[in-house]
Amino acid sequence: MGKTRVLIIGAGITGLSIARVLSMYENLDVVVVEKEPDVGWGATKANTAIIHPCHEEDPDKHPLRAKLCLEGHDLWYKWTKELDIPVKWPGELIVATNDEEASALKHYLSLGMRNGVAGVRIVDKEELAALEPNVNPNAIAGLWAPTAGQMSPWEAAVALAENSVSNGARILFETEVKRVVVREKKVVGVETNNGFIEADMVINAAGIHADEISRSAGIDEFTIFPRRGEYVIYDEDVDIKVKRIVHTAPTPKTKGVYVTTTLEGNLLIGPTAEDLPIDAKEEKSTTRNGIKYILEAAKKILKTIPPRTKIIRMFAGLRPEPSTGSFIIKFYEEPWGFINVAGIRSPGLTAAPAIAYYVRDMIAERTSLVEKRKWNPIRRGIKRISRMNQDEKARIVKENPRYGRIICLCKEVSEAEIIEAIKRMKAIGVKTITLDGIKFRTHAMFGRCQGSFCRLRIALLISREQDIPLWKVSFKGSGSEYGVGEVKEVFKEV
Amino acid sequence: MAGLVYDVVVIGGGPAGLAAAIKTTEYGLKTLVLEQGEKLGGITLQCIHPGFGIHYFKEDLTGPEFIYRFIKKIESLGVEYYTNAYVESIEYRSIMEKKISVIMPGRVLDITTKTIIYTTGARERHRYEINIPGANVSGVYTAGEAQAMMDLWGVMPGKRVVIVGSGDVGLIMARRFALEGARVEAVIEILPYPGGLTRNIVQCLKDYNIPLYLSHAVVEIKGRKRVEKVVVAKVNENLEPIPGTEREIECDTVVIAAGLIPQVRLLEKLGVPIDPATRGPIVNDYLETSIPGIFVAGNALVINDFVDYAVEQGEQAADGARLFIENKGIHTRKWRRIVKGRNIRLAVPHYVSGDKDVVLYARVKWPEDNVWFRIPETGRKLFMPKVRPAEMIRYVLAKDDILKTTDKITLEVSGQ
Ligand SMILES: Cc1cc2nc3c(=O)[nH]c(=O)nc-3n(C[C@H](O)[C@H](O)[C@H](O)COP(=O)(O)OP(=O)(O)OC[C@H]3O[C@@H](n4cnc5c(N)ncnc54)[C@H](O)[C@@H]3O)c2cc1C
Ligand SMILES: Cc1cc2nc3c(=O)[nH]c(=O)nc-3n(C[C@H](O)[C@H](O)[C@H](O)COP(=O)(O)OP(=O)(O)OC[C@H]3O[C@@H](n4cnc5c(N)ncnc54)[C@H](O)[C@@H]3O)c2cc1C
Repeated sequence: MGKTRVLIIGAGITGLSIARVLSMYENLDVVVVEKEPDVGWGATKANTAIIHPCHEEDPDKHPLRAKLCLEGHDLWYKWTKELDIPVKWPGELIVATNDEEASALKHYLSLGMRNGVAGVRIVDKEELAALEPNVNPNAIAGLWAPTAGQMSPWEAAVALAENSVSNGARILFETEVKRVVVREKKVVGVETNNGFIEADMVINAAGIHADEISRSAGIDEFTIFPRRGEYVIYDEDVDIKVKRIVHTAPTPKTKGVYVTTTLEGNLLIGPTAEDLPIDAKEEKSTTRNGIKYILEAAKKILKTIPPRTKIIRMFAGLRPEPSTGSFIIKFYEEPWGFINVAGIRSPGLTAAPAIAYYVRDMIAERTSLVEKRKWNPIRRGIKRISRMNQDEKARIVKENPRYGRIICLCKEVSEAEIIEAIKRMKAIGVKTITLDGIKFRTHAMFGRCQGSFCRLRIALLISREQDIPLWKVSFKGSGSEYGVGEVKEVFKEV
Repeated sequence: MAGLVYDVVVIGGGPAGLAAAIKTTEYGLKTLVLEQGEKLGGITLQCIHPGFGIHYFKEDLTGPEFIYRFIKKIESLGVEYYTNAYVESIEYRSIMEKKISVIMPGRVLDITTKTIIYTTGARERHRYEINIPGANVSGVYTAGEAQAMMDLWGVMPGKRVVIVGSGDVGLIMARRFALEGARVEAVIEILPYPGGLTRNIVQCLKDYNIPLYLSHAVVEIKGRKRVEKVVVAKVNENLEPIPGTEREIECDTVVIAAGLIPQVRLLEKLGVPIDPATRGPIVNDYLETSIPGIFVAGNALVINDFVDYAVEQGEQAADGARLFIENKGIHTRKWRRIVKGRNIRLAVPHYVSGDKDVVLYARVKWPEDNVWFRIPETGRKLFMPKVRPAEMIRYVLAKDDILKTTDKITLEVSGQ
């Protein structure tokens, strides 16, 4: 019996969650197609990284979103363990600084009740200060949602990719889908920059580009708008930090500006919510005004914010905002085999595992699925020397001397970890080993010097391992090489 | 672990560290140097331009020529050292016992020592610290990274370059790029005056027709994959961009030469107090920090424009370590505080003992011509035809003068 060929467009948190769940079945042949050189470089990489408690989801307005948020939230308890994804569950606080905001808290409290979220409660000034000592004394009340979590979203994408591939799925990188090919009212595959790829089912999880993909399959039901969110990250040594996830009262457009301490221990502030023109789907720049806006919002809810000179990074992400506001998750009878998983805006990160099962169910209604006998739920992350105790360090350094060669001084990342990252990238099918790929896997270049010491050393390792000239080492894919050539070459050209 | 007990452990094998280790070894102290890089030498290894050793050797050497003399001395004295040795933590156990944890290829070591001389140098400020938002694209380098790419590995970072910062490092990099055939579109300086030596303005910019824009800032970097242009704006007296003055400069490379910050992470973790002006530790005239037996020198103490000063500080710290070991600590005495008066931005050391002559290093806040560097408490003054924030003032405070003072010694720059 032939296998059903399932092609997933997009290796973001959505596409990869689906790949993982579908990799559980014997009679599915799962391929993920990704235009970037690595996984998770769309919205999945640049967000607030929160596993939402889902007390902000309105079950009347967006019932599917609310349902998948709740289910996804709970699935992450399990998935983060199975996949060794860094996570913490600090809970979150909406901070109200005036009466209007305080009444907004009641609204979310009632949504929390309706959604059956555990432990949501309005706290007074005193309890608020006890929960979060760095909250602005001007705050008058807060909404406490203890089940909120925070995870490393890119680690999640990497983990899902590794686990899916180890269970038989494949990922084709640097492969951009141009259109979905339909014959006799059925999908037959996709046209890509690397030629035609056959498929019996095509799952569109292309994030911000999902509307274009859908249109190419003849489904023109929605548009995806880019809504930019800008962030700043502070040095880990700043005094002002939060224990909980703290944010300003949400508005109809956004969940508010968040202040969190990342899993790496840095203070993170953001995002903005700015609608960009439809043709700005790759515009991930940060702006002076955006940064100013989030810092002012943070000032409102925090006692003080650290000085600007302590900012070590600015970045922006684009929310794939659907014209309908709802997640669009549908199996089409015409063209048969086409599945939209589109408009996966916030809380998409939270909902992703639930979305995957939802898609599985839609497929199971049409094909009987056969479970694999040996499906492996477990994946382990790269061992980090910085997290080991003295004995563990001594042992591992003796076994593999490369653990003893520290490449990134700020984050204490060894040569062995970088080599391991390269190996793992290759194992999931990455063709171009990028500096960004190494950064998100090892945290080298993540620290206060932002790679000014170690980027060169890492580029040298990539150059050696991949046997390519140093200058050709890539940051984030073709056109972003480390250098432009060899010294003196410039003279040869003229 | 047996055998791993030292009088002095020097952390960082750059000029300051090597100078310190040579001296402590000559004093007969059992010394070890730990360097995380593959070679001894620190930042000088990648500085192939001349300008090193003018004070110390009275010769104009390149960085590698300069440091080679120290490395030769280290070898001939048989000073013990490890390269590829990353110090990950320091623990203070008691006045005469500090533990250092080191990771090396093949082994992890715990080293016990009486004193530490901390000379880990500096790190460079990058684009986010100086508030340049925009696209996170390739083609943005710190000056040191670009320098290492070119001078150690023969890689050309880019062809059309904008340099941010007109300190000596930025100026030298502008010339370096020009010499390799790249087009340096501009050097952008936020302050109303250049940060570097006049000599370098002439030799690195004028000679190559590179424009310098004072009171300007790069406010945004644009590009898709790699830098395509930067947005530059004029700034007001508060160094804020003036709306309406923005202008784009096309380029493929941005080099950030916006200054260095002492690398003192391990000391901070130990709780060593840091001076917000120098961003290095607060020290006495033996260059001892607030933690007994831990000394700092070189760029980890204060950013030096001349390698010679880094070396001099290394040697002072070595003297401190010797005194410490001989007397079981630097004994309590009447310390005089160094106070920053008019137009003094920073000064090192922070406390002086009166035991000996002391070399003071200071920087002014703004440039002035025909002024006096004065110390009211001692009545001393020194005429200076010009003072510049970029040029460290080095002044030897005589022991006898110190003894005349009571609790503080003020440094100031003024018209008379
Ligand atoms: C600022 C911001 C804050 C957020 N905060 C949170 C939060 O705290 N919690 C939460 O739950 N959610 C949050 N979200 C939402 C969450 O990040 C997204 O819902 C989620 O990442 C969407 O994942 P995705 O896989 O659908 O899309 P993406 O991650 O964008 O993945 C789509 C992938 O498809 C690829 N692709 C696109 N077109 C093609 C093509 N033609 N061919 C091949 N590949 C293609 C892209 O390269 C990309 O890798 C936030 C989003 C943003 C932007
Ligand atoms: C571009 C440039 C141009 C310059 N031009 C001149 C010039 O023309 N003339 C001049 O006199 N001076 C010049 N200088 C200044 C001079 O190079 C410095 O003042 C001097 O090198 C500082 O010496 P140092 O020993 O304090 O620091 P560094 O040379 O930085 O050495 C510090 C050492 O510590 C090591 N280290 C750091 N952390 C650890 C750890 N945890 N464990 C182990 N080891 C560690 C580092 O690897 C490094 O080798 C220039 C500097 C630069 C950057």
